[in-house]
Amino acid sequence: MMRFLANRLARTAFTLLGVSVLAFILIDLAPGEYFQDMRLNPQISRETVAALRVEYGLDQALPLKYARWLRSVSRGELGYSFAYNCPVWPLLETRIANTLILTITALVCSWLIAIPLGVWMASRAGRWEDRVSGLGNTFLLGTPDILIALGLLAFALRVTWLPTGGMHAPLADGNLNDLALHLILPVLALVAGMLPILVRHVRSAMLDVLRAPFIAAARGHGVPRGRLLFGHALPAAANPLISLFGLSVGVLLSGSLLIEVVMGWPGVGPLLLQAILERDPHIVVAAVLFSTLFLTSGSVLADIFLYVADPRIRVES
Amino acid sequence: MITNTKLWLSALSLAFVHVAVVGAAFFAPYDPAEQHRDVPFAPPMRVHFADAEGKLHLRPYVCSWISQTQDVGPERYVEDCSRAASLRFLVRTQSASGSEWHLFGTDGPARMFFLGTDDYGRDQLSRLLYGGQVSLFAGLLATALSLGLGLLMGGIAGYFGSWLDDAIMRGAEVFMALPWIYLLFAVRAFLPLHDGPRQSFFLLVGVIGLTGWARPSRLVRGVILSAKERDFVRAARGFGASNAYILRRHLLPETSGVMLTQAVLLIPQCILAEVTLSFLGLGVGEPVSSWGNMLASLQKYYVLQSYWWMFLPGLALIPVFLLYNALADSLLRHFKTTRSHDGTQLMGRQKPQEAL
Repeated sequence: MMRFLANRLARTAFTLLGVSVLAFILIDLAPGEYFQDMRLNPQISRETVAALRVEYGLDQALPLKYARWLRSVSRGELGYSFAYNCPVWPLLETRIANTLILTITALVCSWLIAIPLGVWMASRAGRWEDRVSGLGNTFLLGTPDILIALGLLAFALRVTWLPTGGMHAPLADGNLNDLALHLILPVLALVAGMLPILVRHVRSAMLDVLRAPFIAAARGHGVPRGRLLFGHALPAAANPLISLFGLSVGVLLSGSLLIEVVMGWPGVGPLLLQAILERDPHIVVAAVLFSTLFLTSGSVLADIFLYVADPRIRVES
Repeated sequence: MITNTKLWLSALSLAFVHVAVVGAAFFAPYDPAEQHRDVPFAPPMRVHFADAEGKLHLRPYVCSWISQTQDVGPERYVEDCSRAASLRFLVRTQSASGSEWHLFGTDGPARMFFLGTDDYGRDQLSRLLYGGQVSLFAGLLATALSLGLGLLMGGIAGYFGSWLDDAIMRGAEVFMALPWIYLLFAVRAFLPLHDGPRQSFFLLVGVIGLTGWARPSRLVRGVILSAKERDFVRAARGFGASNAYILRRHLLPETSGVMLTQAVLLIPQCILAEVTLSFLGLGVGEPVSSWGNMLASLQKYYVLQSYWWMFLPGLALIPVFLLYNALADSLLRHFKTTRSHDGTQLMGRQKPQEAL
């Protein structure tokens, strides 16, 4: 287990390094930079812009820039934002926390709904309950996240008692009830986007297991329905679902970026979008690295769950 | 031959949608950039078959919108049926570029906005049809690019193996370690922001296409890995066939099943990517319409609150996605039941025994 984890850790580090190198090459190839707009301003002299470029190290060669960035990462600064004129990490810190609050809440909610729903649909396979929820599922799957988010916002504007954006009401920082109220809409939007995928997989994994002879045997022995489904069948169907858990982290992270922008949640999404529009490369690199790290931790977590849940894997390793 | 009603039905409906979009110049009543400044945010109009006295009209007609907007608050309109116009099929209109045929037209003072108008009074139906050209074809072209790259990379990795395989697969892993919108943003971040509509369209296609190659390339690699050990491939090699010949004649055709299903799975994702980027202002910009930048006006709360027809470009995505999903489902089912002749369950096309 330890060896496996160390292996995964090394791989993650390699991936992060790869992503950052790739990003720096892309930055270097890209036309335009932060100080480009300044050149158009007649009040700022050519020399000032040149001096600024020297000060921020934009005149250096690519390897030097990368080395400079690596040194800043080792100091825990993750690079320097030109637009905010400060290191990236303090900017990103609270944003990441906010994104994690949103994403993890949505992750928990969507799995808590998907498992019972999928199990129930599989147990009713072929009957009208299954057909109707399957149809609803298909429609939800075909509905883009943007549309769900905008629809929910329109709904909130109509009913007025739901907050329509942001994370806190004015002067209500740190009030948990207020935070929960603000979480409702973005979490709903994320869950609506995630749920159909999860339900589909839970249902099909359960269907495979429910056909197995040991289920018929258990049923023959008079095991009650609830225990049959959740005690016997679900653990047997767990493996593909645990692998899906890692994948769902990535899907939710993507979804949350969009929903943060639409609903004004102060997470990484709006900061990243603004950084792209302002050509502030270090924020972009840091945000992308954060998403990679979070996604990889999701899949590592899934592997650990798998290790705990499946004795076969434990014996093999 | 694939005989499956659901499959053909969804393919046919998709073809219909694409024809409607390609023929936008004919199906759309107006130019997508034509502004009717006197009727911003006019609601979709009613087609009247009977007038106020209950008399039936042989030719349906539309009425004019008369603005009743107050100083504050949303735009309000009432119908003024004293200025009505009959609808005509197949009309010929004169425009700057000569005369054009349109499917619908009016011959009176009233204009027709079947799906309402936007903030500049531009006809939503026309913009929807022209926007579909951008959104749907960005999806198709980006998918083609992704699959082409995937085929190339996967083919090389699977066939030549060793360090090339390692390098390409590590690269694919880096691409798959990023959540897709972050990946899209990361690539988009380093490309020029303001460009002409044509450049930004191809830029978008490039960005989306570049981000999608990893998964198909892994699948292609898998197919090639197992196919290159098959007897007819060994035989071909034994007869002295070149690498290029074996790849082209024997191995790449094996991947057609994977490619087809991957294409159908990728296209809606690529369309969604275009819509997302354009929605956030990183894609195709005004005055060219795309389903994404049409939705962008909903980022203003007063639009969101008052004008429901601005949601229509988003609603148009639903049937497209449903059809692609249905197509993907039936394709997957088809290829799952088709086993290769040596019994291994390849996701490939069933091929007759190759006689060399």
